[in-house]
Amino acid sequence: MTDADRISRAWTLVRSVHDPELPYLTVEEMGMVRGVRVDHGQIVVTLTPTYSGCPATDVISEDVTSAVRAVEPDARVEVVLSPAWTTDWILPSAHAKMREHGIAPPEQASADRAFLTGEGKVIPCPRCGSRDTKMVSAFGSTACKAHFTCTACLEPFEHFKCI
Amino acid sequence: MTEAQHLQAILRLGDDALVLGQRLSEWCGHGPILEEDIALTNVALDLIGQARNLYTLAGSREGQGRDEDALAYFRTDREFQNHLLVEQPNGHFGDTVVRQMFYDAFALERYAFLARQTVDPDLAGIAAKAVKELQYHWGHSSQWVIRLGDGTEESHAKVQESVIALWGYTGEMFMADDVDVACAEAGLLPDLEGVQRAWSVRVADGLSQATLSQPEDGWMQRGGKQGIHSEHLSYMLAEMQVLPRTYPNATW
Repeated sequence: MTDADRISRAWTLVRSVHDPELPYLTVEEMGMVRGVRVDHGQIVVTLTPTYSGCPATDVISEDVTSAVRAVEPDARVEVVLSPAWTTDWILPSAHAKMREHGIAPPEQASADRAFLTGEGKVIPCPRCGSRDTKMVSAFGSTACKAHFTCTACLEPFEHFKCI
Repeated sequence: MTEAQHLQAILRLGDDALVLGQRLSEWCGHGPILEEDIALTNVALDLIGQARNLYTLAGSREGQGRDEDALAYFRTDREFQNHLLVEQPNGHFGDTVVRQMFYDAFALERYAFLARQTVDPDLAGIAAKAVKELQYHWGHSSQWVIRLGDGTEESHAKVQESVIALWGYTGEMFMADDVDVACAEAGLLPDLEGVQRAWSVRVADGLSQATLSQPEDGWMQRGGKQGIHSEHLSYMLAEMQVLPRTYPNATW
């Protein structure tokens, strides 16, 4: 088996790993997988964590390692911090899935300037589509989400923060 | 800049992040409202995550086999080199958000520089991530200081007291010692005079929006970076370190 074949086989397994906090998304859709390579005969998967303190990072590393080790017993995961992960890396397919699960996806590229400058930013409600929503807190149930409420349908919802 | 000074600079960054992260985590279950309980612990999580990255980097540079846990749990108070500001007790919610605003304004400047410098690319990578998180922290802390300062008579009076009580711990952040000077000359750390100018503008603007008066600069407490701490750090470390020191190598 060539290195290219091994890499492609490992990629297939990496794609099967889901995010433990957002189980309907794969880690690939989250934009956390930087690459798969062969290093001195060993398969190495590089991952970039979303937030410095994201507790899911350790679980994801273990899940990816054990998935790939099904066919590559000495495969390992390498955590790469630079360049820093950004919500721009989340695949478009993930946005629709987030909406289906009641989470407003990140709306704009990179830093969430509107929030930082104190201007209100319009985040449409993922349930009723109304743009009449307000932020309750910039910090939600996980490091990556903010807490919103819809003033039209009165449902609370989460927004995946842009960073 | 010697290798030892370079290492010390990374450790100091980690110590600030860990000590403040541990302090904020004490709010878990005690927040004034549920959203704030969650917000303060989210900020704590970011800071502890930054500390983990910095300690892991410091441990690998040191090459003595110390990992993040060894650096967090098996050093004494005198070995911690965080600023005195971050070890101050939580007090009431106003005290916590003022302490946070003073630190966030400082950390934003420092980490923006660290993310740009090219002397240590590994540190730049950690900083690039941290600076995005710190922007959210600053947004949170400064908005709360404004809301409390420009709030009721009682909230204004309380948070003005917080500003006065914590002001004497801000000067230390800008007092360069030989580690700071050597690292700044090498391009690893920012020049602290420049950081102070940017910090002052940011904080003055926040306080003015909050209708709070800025205290006069008087005697500034110092010593944290040299390992001379207020009594509060030892109590905090005792609680934080008790488990790994009682049961070394415990896993669960």
